[in-house]
Amino acid sequence: MDPECSKLLPALCAVLADPRQLVADDTCLEKLLDWFKTVMETESSLHLLQDHPCLMELLSHVLKTQDVSPRVLSFVLRLVGIFAAQEDCFQYLQQGELLLGLFGETGALSWTAWNMPSVRSGWIQGLCSLAHHPSALHFLADSGAVDTIFALQGDPSLFVASAASQLLVHILALAMQGGASGSPISEAAAWPICAQKIVNHVEESLHSKATPQVTQALNVLTTTFGRCHSPWTGVLWGRLSPPVACLFERDPIPAVHSLMDLLLSVARSHVLNFAACGLWEMLAQTLSRLSPTQAGPLALGTLKLQHCPQELRTQAFGVLLQPLACILKATTQAPGPPGLLDGTAGSSLTVDALLSSKSACVGLLCQTLAHLEELQMLPQCPCPWPQVPLLGATVTILRLCDGSVDPSSSMGGRLCGTLGGCVRVQRAALDFLGTLSQGTSPLELVLEVFAVLLKTLESPESSPTVLKKAFQATLRWLQNSHKTPNCSDLSPDALLFLGELFPILQKRLCSPCWEVRDSALEFLTHLIRHWGGQADFREALHSSEVPTLARQLLQDPESYVRASAVGTAGQLSSRGLQATSASPENPLAQQGLLMDLMHILSTDSEGFPRRAVLRVFTEWLRDGHADVIRDTEWFVATVLQAVSRDLDWEVRMQGLELAQVFLIQAMGQPSLHCPYTVGLPEATSPRPHPEFLQTLCRLPLFEFAFCALLDCDRPVAQKACDLLLFLRDKTTHCSGPQEAGDSPNSASVEAVLQRWREGEQGQPLGDLEPEAMLAILRSLDLEGLQGKLAKSSDHVEKSPQSLLQDMLATVGILEENEADCY
Amino acid sequence: MKLYCLSGHPTLPCNVLKFKSTTIMLDCGLDMTSTLNFLPLPLVQSPRLSNLPGWSLKDGNAFLDKELKECSGHVFVDSVPEFCLPETELIDLSTVDVILISNYHCMMALPYITEHTGFTGTVYATEPTMQIGRLLMEELVNFIERVPKAQSASLWKNKDIQRLLPSPLKDAVEVSTWRRCYTMQEVNSALSKIQLVGYSQKIELFGAVQVTPLSSGYALGSSNWIIQSHYEKVSYVSGSSLLTTHPQPMDQASLKNSDVLVLTGLTQIPTANPDGMVGEFCSNLALTVRNGGNVLVPCYPSGVIYDLLECLYQYIDSAGLSNIPFYFISPVANSSLEFSQIFAEWLCHNKQSKVYLPEPPFPHAELIQTNKLKHYPSIHGDFSNDFRQPCVVFTGHPSLRFGDVVHFMELWGKSSLNTVIFTEPDFSYLEALAPYQPLAMKCIYCPIDTRLNFIQVSKLLKEVQPLHVVCPEQYTQPPPAQSHRMDLMIDCQPPAMSYRRAEVLALPFKRRYEKIEIMPELADSLVPMEIKPGISLATVSAVLHTKDNKHVLQPPPRPTQPPSSKKRKRVSEDVPDCKVLKPLLSGSIPVEQFVQTLEKHGFSDIKVEDTAKGHIVLLQEAETLIQIEEDSTHIICDNDETLRVRLRDLVLRFLQKF
Repeated sequence: MDPECSKLLPALCAVLADPRQLVADDTCLEKLLDWFKTVMETESSLHLLQDHPCLMELLSHVLKTQDVSPRVLSFVLRLVGIFAAQEDCFQYLQQGELLLGLFGETGALSWTAWNMPSVRSGWIQGLCSLAHHPSALHFLADSGAVDTIFALQGDPSLFVASAASQLLVHILALAMQGGASGSPISEAAAWPICAQKIVNHVEESLHSKATPQVTQALNVLTTTFGRCHSPWTGVLWGRLSPPVACLFERDPIPAVHSLMDLLLSVARSHVLNFAACGLWEMLAQTLSRLSPTQAGPLALGTLKLQHCPQELRTQAFGVLLQPLACILKATTQAPGPPGLLDGTAGSSLTVDALLSSKSACVGLLCQTLAHLEELQMLPQCPCPWPQVPLLGATVTILRLCDGSVDPSSSMGGRLCGTLGGCVRVQRAALDFLGTLSQGTSPLELVLEVFAVLLKTLESPESSPTVLKKAFQATLRWLQNSHKTPNCSDLSPDALLFLGELFPILQKRLCSPCWEVRDSALEFLTHLIRHWGGQADFREALHSSEVPTLARQLLQDPESYVRASAVGTAGQLSSRGLQATSASPENPLAQQGLLMDLMHILSTDSEGFPRRAVLRVFTEWLRDGHADVIRDTEWFVATVLQAVSRDLDWEVRMQGLELAQVFLIQAMGQPSLHCPYTVGLPEATSPRPHPEFLQTLCRLPLFEFAFCALLDCDRPVAQKACDLLLFLRDKTTHCSGPQEAGDSPNSASVEAVLQRWREGEQGQPLGDLEPEAMLAILRSLDLEGLQGKLAKSSDHVEKSPQSLLQDMLATVGILEENEADCY
Repeated sequence: MKLYCLSGHPTLPCNVLKFKSTTIMLDCGLDMTSTLNFLPLPLVQSPRLSNLPGWSLKDGNAFLDKELKECSGHVFVDSVPEFCLPETELIDLSTVDVILISNYHCMMALPYITEHTGFTGTVYATEPTMQIGRLLMEELVNFIERVPKAQSASLWKNKDIQRLLPSPLKDAVEVSTWRRCYTMQEVNSALSKIQLVGYSQKIELFGAVQVTPLSSGYALGSSNWIIQSHYEKVSYVSGSSLLTTHPQPMDQASLKNSDVLVLTGLTQIPTANPDGMVGEFCSNLALTVRNGGNVLVPCYPSGVIYDLLECLYQYIDSAGLSNIPFYFISPVANSSLEFSQIFAEWLCHNKQSKVYLPEPPFPHAELIQTNKLKHYPSIHGDFSNDFRQPCVVFTGHPSLRFGDVVHFMELWGKSSLNTVIFTEPDFSYLEALAPYQPLAMKCIYCPIDTRLNFIQVSKLLKEVQPLHVVCPEQYTQPPPAQSHRMDLMIDCQPPAMSYRRAEVLALPFKRRYEKIEIMPELADSLVPMEIKPGISLATVSAVLHTKDNKHVLQPPPRPTQPPSSKKRKRVSEDVPDCKVLKPLLSGSIPVEQFVQTLEKHGFSDIKVEDTAKGHIVLLQEAETLIQIEEDSTHIICDNDETLRVRLRDLVLRFLQKF
């Protein structure tokens, strides 16, 4: 502990012990504990206590009077736990009867403040920190704390109850670790007393008729198998699996969710021999007994398992597919398509779940679709994957939602009514549909997918969120549909689809709902980015009004839409697809867009469109856009001028990015400072032409970068620092060995920079010679600055000293106020 | 209680309810879909329409070619449009006591009823309903009268000829009863019979029933009606909405505890959500105008147009349409826009509160002020000077058969840049467009119907729990085009009773109680006796006096005194004689105790048999039977009056007298 903090500590302890002083902020105490933990990592807690008697005084005071606030009590309990984690300190505290006084039956439990959940939580956390050595185990056994922890498992505060369960697992693991000493103890009877006590309690709870108790026991076991992977867990499961199995025989099955968590947790453990312990049978039995909604998560969990018998995987996958199979069955006249389940056992349960109520139906379908989506993206994805029926079912669900399906059965009719216009199911189905685009599907199904997507995009009933998902799914299907040898080209079907899509897109670009306009623009931007170079696509786009409408949205009242429109217009222009009748041969129209974007950059009141403009400009500069290369200097100068006044730090960041691209283009890539690379001859990097440096001064890029270096937003300053470092590296050999101050006006530049540092920005650097700039560049300690900026901005405020001072200062203010009152 | 169903149109109902001694007509909607069979009435001479070929029969017989014209495979009657009236033969309409109007769309047949059937009663409606209803009628009369048509076709209506015609003329029903439009004079006369009412106002009808209008949330001044007596309640729900648009919200709570709920006027487009449709409307409007085209919106002069203008008010700036003129053309455009601003008390809370700022409740005032919205009585006059394209025109009639809309259809139909957007759900847009085919202009159908959909109805019924629901037959089955949509019908328990045109329904509930008042002096003379805790009985002798459907029990006249004069004598003759009262008995006879009592009084050899209704006590020695049933006791003995009296007295011991 550093001496400043040591000095402050007595005063702080006095404040904490004083019931009249309110510690207003819980987070201070949390930070204080964190600090003590860090200190204890390197120092002996015993020495710390001995060196700072104020700490012991605080603890004894609390023990004697308990007249401090509950939050301080909780703090003290946790603090003692941290101290006692080291065995010598534990012994020391034990001698003073302090531990028993705080954690024993006559301690915190008997205080009135025990009613406060924060105190109970502090007690548990204190014990949790403390339980790190064999002495702690004896203490726990002797003090009766374990029984209290059992009781706290049912605490009304969920945080306390959960922490109590965690603590039990912690103690059990500690006991077994100490007792087992590496070799597995096959006889549970030979386990340490503390462990036996806990296991007996869990076993008793498993036999209990009360569901909460069963849940508690299951939670303890789930955590145990999740955390502990020693051989003794196998013995534990061997002992407890019979009562767990008994739970499945009850009707209804108690604590289903916890039970499933336990089975999955056990199944994930590497220690057990599953075949011998009957886990697979138990999982299979559970899957067949649970309702479809309950079984879904278990089925997914089972399928995710690394080593799982194929039979069980098939069963679990069947459970996941069941609801979709029902949907297909209810809506197709033909006897179910091949590949998906036939009406086997369990399907009636699924049908019941689907028809029982709207919420049940929607919940089950959304869950199933989400699970299947997750599954498809996993390496454990079942093979063969029933792509065709799944796609058919998903399309059918979307049709049920938009009311366009003609169901063949009464169940289909009811589903139609239930799912009609259901946004949640639509969203889930569209997400899954997007994922399904990765598989290979027959052409007629792809056409069906396109048809249902068109219907969704076209329908006036589609909500903005559904439309967004539909756009995303459409993009994925276009990317993956019918891959031709020339991969990037659109298939003829996709082109036909686009022909129908553009009129819809036109309508969506005129939607009164800004979210819709926005997602339509984003979608369009993606389309152009992918296929803007393809002749068929260009023709289809050109024959629609989409480019004109997109351009008009640059004036949209909603800033997000303007930002997206900027992106779209930039992309259109990059690809020579600009809005007006003008073609690339008509430079006026192009120039118009450049000026429009410049106008947005300098006048738009919102940050998003301005940021978007800079992104477009940077891209244009990088790609050598015709308008930019026509007069790059003018372009960069105008942009930097606008950006330097911008209030949005991200815009300023983007401005620096643009400046960097400009510099890289002129001066080459930054040299790599990797120590392992073989030094290449420097000649590859072109030496900047002196005229270029003049240009930089004229732009004025130097001024912009220097100004940004002092930016109050750290990322901007960092970026400017990097930029200047790059510039310095590139100009090392540029001019003669002039020293800073040699140049006639470098002194005045220094003076201006100094004033800027002091907060007087606004005074321009004036016209400067490149030599002066380079001199300043070299005189600045950029590396030092980079190091400073790399630290988080609150690194000063985060120091423990500052924390202690703050806490004392808050109290001080309180005192002053108190005095005022008199 | 009976319901006479005079209209088969579910949203333009006309029913007559006979309840107690009153005859109440519920709405009188006019089915105007019949006009779709007629050729449009062009405001400006249309060579295309006047040169349509006449229609001839398959065998080449062309005797109908003056009356029927053919256009793109459809046949139309070339005559003044006619309307399908409610049934007038099912019930003598001169016996109707009152007509209750629920909204301005449901009163368009009023002049036919009040002026041509001998109707002498009163019509009840709210003020906005009456005023806007007047506007709608005025517009209708104006549209038809300003294009006089010499020809009136009637030959085709001959049943034998009609059979030979192509559909839909062949299938048109009751064509013989179709009538031409009424005159303004008839409108004025009909409207003069309206008595204005306010929401929740209780109106006594002859002391027999009380009727009350409730806000229905659908249109300015639209109402549902409660018709109730002391012990019965009938609710009439017509054209209601739960959406937040401009009118006052719907009063649902007052519909609770109805014996019968008559449910009409649900949405005509149950699958279209009004919000989505408004979005569609705006998108298509903007798309057309941005491409340099014009937009035509066929609409009524009141109702949804207020909401559309409000949406556009918020949308036009964002869509960059600030420079596009919006024209509202109707003979009543000005009145409609102004009326909407003055009925503050009938508006939703938000709009009401604007009045206190003070600001006009509807933003179309600002649109007019800033010249973005201009209104004209017709295309003639000022409009032709101001007309600028591209533009958006709101005008009637939504059937596209008459009104200024006909002109715009002719004018803009040829260009694919233009769009007609249908927002009114009353007419099939395809049928409406039929006489304009072939048509190059784009057609967008986004019907905005804010009335209740089936999900809302099912919630409403769960909430208000009527004993019986009565509705048009269309609501008891899914729509024919979507026969699998079992959710698009009314689902309630017990199943709803359905009606169709010209049907009489006996409503399934019987009146069991009537309220009678007791005069204070008579009440004073009563001596109640408590027969059970909390229940007291008293016998009453009184004269029942009934007048104006009110019943009063008055004290009986004093015993007749010798007549002192001729006049007195005549009075006393009217008074019924008071008979000597026998005491009434109450209570039940516990058989076991009764048998014990009999034994105590010397009867022996007693046998008790249980019967379906009670018990038979057999006194075998005395050859006597005592039948004890729930509401009677018989002593059957053979001519032994003494025994009977003895037994009777024993029976009476167990009963109370009063």
